[in-house]
Amino acid sequence: MGWDAVRSSSKTGDDLGARLVVSREVLALIRRHVEGIYPEEAPGGLLGTVHEETTVEVVEAVPSHNVRNEERRRRYLIGPDDVLALERRASEAGLQVVGYYHSHPDAPPLPSEFDREHAWPWYVYLIVSVVDGRMADARAWRLADDRDAFDAVEMNYKGLVTTGTEDK
Amino acid sequence: MNQITVIVPAPLRQFTEGRDSVTLDAGTVAQALSELTSRYIELRRHLYSDDGKLRSFVNIYLNDEDIRYLEGKEDAGLAVGDEIRIVPSIAGGVATAVEVKEVEFSPEEMSRYARHLILPEVGPEGQKKLKQARVLLVGAGGLGSPASLYLAAAGVGTIGLVDFDVVESSNLQRQIVHGTRDVGRPKLESARDRLLDVNPGIEIEGHEVRLTSHNALDILSGYDIVVDGTDNFPTRYLINDACVLMGIPNVYGSIFRFEGQVSVFYAKQGPCYRCLYAEPPPPGLVPSCAEGGVLGVLPGIIGALQANETLKLILGAGDPLVGRLLLFDALRVRFRELKLRKDPACPICGENPTVKELIDYEVFCGIREAEAEGRRLEASVPVITAPELKARLDAGDPIRVIDVREPSELNISRLDEAELIPLKEFPASMARLVQSNEEIVVICRSGRRSAYAVRLLMDAGFSNASNLTGGLLAWSDEVDPTMAKY
Repeated sequence: MGWDAVRSSSKTGDDLGARLVVSREVLALIRRHVEGIYPEEAPGGLLGTVHEETTVEVVEAVPSHNVRNEERRRRYLIGPDDVLALERRASEAGLQVVGYYHSHPDAPPLPSEFDREHAWPWYVYLIVSVVDGRMADARAWRLADDRDAFDAVEMNYKGLVTTGTEDK
Repeated sequence: MNQITVIVPAPLRQFTEGRDSVTLDAGTVAQALSELTSRYIELRRHLYSDDGKLRSFVNIYLNDEDIRYLEGKEDAGLAVGDEIRIVPSIAGGVATAVEVKEVEFSPEEMSRYARHLILPEVGPEGQKKLKQARVLLVGAGGLGSPASLYLAAAGVGTIGLVDFDVVESSNLQRQIVHGTRDVGRPKLESARDRLLDVNPGIEIEGHEVRLTSHNALDILSGYDIVVDGTDNFPTRYLINDACVLMGIPNVYGSIFRFEGQVSVFYAKQGPCYRCLYAEPPPPGLVPSCAEGGVLGVLPGIIGALQANETLKLILGAGDPLVGRLLLFDALRVRFRELKLRKDPACPICGENPTVKELIDYEVFCGIREAEAEGRRLEASVPVITAPELKARLDAGDPIRVIDVREPSELNISRLDEAELIPLKEFPASMARLVQSNEEIVVICRSGRRSAYAVRLLMDAGFSNASNLTGGLLAWSDEVDPTMAKY
């Protein structure tokens, strides 16, 4: 639903777009979180490092609380206090908050118009599709400079990634 | 003016030359932000929305206090050494067609919607969405009747209706929003009374006009969803194009005899009507329900499915019929589903659209041309009026009356003197008519098909044939009001 916020043309020339590097362990943690919170949306922070502004490596995923009281199946909100706590945790570990993840229960991992309106530049947004309680797909996005759309971020996995049931 | 520091979060540092803090002079928080965004102009669109307000997900802290909770808020005064921190909130989620605003339910509404409120997929949040929703139904006829009744009953807060017809008795076999007492009333008035009786807590907005290229965008604006309950191709293409241009979903339904179709055309998420049918069929190829007939319950089933899709879109529940065409066969009781693909070359929702505004859909569908052709045909043959024919039959003149309608149409109205030769058998049967030197008068419902038959006769060398102008409709109006019209 609502995948109108994705830009169709791909980037060309010297602007090669960003790359997100995620390890199997980080992805497994995200999966446990989003599957555990299903059918509600599950958000969290991504802590890591940025190399040359284009390669973003996630070292740690930190589940957050969805502070919304209503519509928790379709909306998430991480409040400023939790964002500050994430930033403190990151800087203590010598890392940065490089982005955020959230789940789309029973919907594709494509950013919605609502995601776009509320997006910050620079952060990488990892969207995880959870279908019938199982993580089905994950894709990463970054807001375009003009705020009009998201650009796809290439995902590189470190280590073997499975979406089987052994972690459940 | 006091010297203070603004702490810039990582996502915005690309706009502050990489700085994580900026020192500047300001008297209030608002002045500090204004100075910051004039120094780093690109920050502005990320911090402020188009109306100049701070974006909802931008939080400003003054020395670790959110300014929303400070006296004076943005006008809070600053002291030397104060620290202003820009703190993100992170928000997002799955898309739904309608955003929820704060709505309260009365005890009457709580009990009215109790069966919805206990459904997890609806619940109080869903019911609020329904109340907030604005749905436009084009056509208060066969499809619009059940669709509007169920949407009203479900608590859709605002229902717009577009129709300019009056209720006729031939409508009542399927248009269940109208009753026998409403015959002769405008459909809008009749439907409004019935829908407000079903649910007095909703708003009905009537548009008693024909939907045209000139008024469509005005009428559609402000509605979240359009339900297409029309019976003709020009309006169907008009609704499709207007919905694509306005970026709203079009819940489509159509019916014929025993078969119906339903889909949701939502160009933002899938194909539109033009992706399915790029060109309209030639005029006259697909008969209307008036000509072909329709089982009365069929629009009930299809219109109820349209209501179902509309409610799902509002609630954001389930899988909408986007990219799927549902076909229903009432005789075999069979549902089939076709996958529809978005056409990259679609002239209105494709990659390089050529249609960027509404066009003349009667021309597009060849209706004008067909009408002109029909009028030319009728003008090219000799005619007799209904009163003349009546007088000459009464006088016992030797006239052979040929009815070129379908046998099923005789069940509604007939002239006792007429013999039946359906139009499609007419060319082969003309030889039979040569034997007689009698004058021939050809009749049908409206005078169009009979004009075509007279033309055939003239081209075959008959010089004694004429057309009952205006057909049996004129006979009913001018000679015998007891003859049923259809």
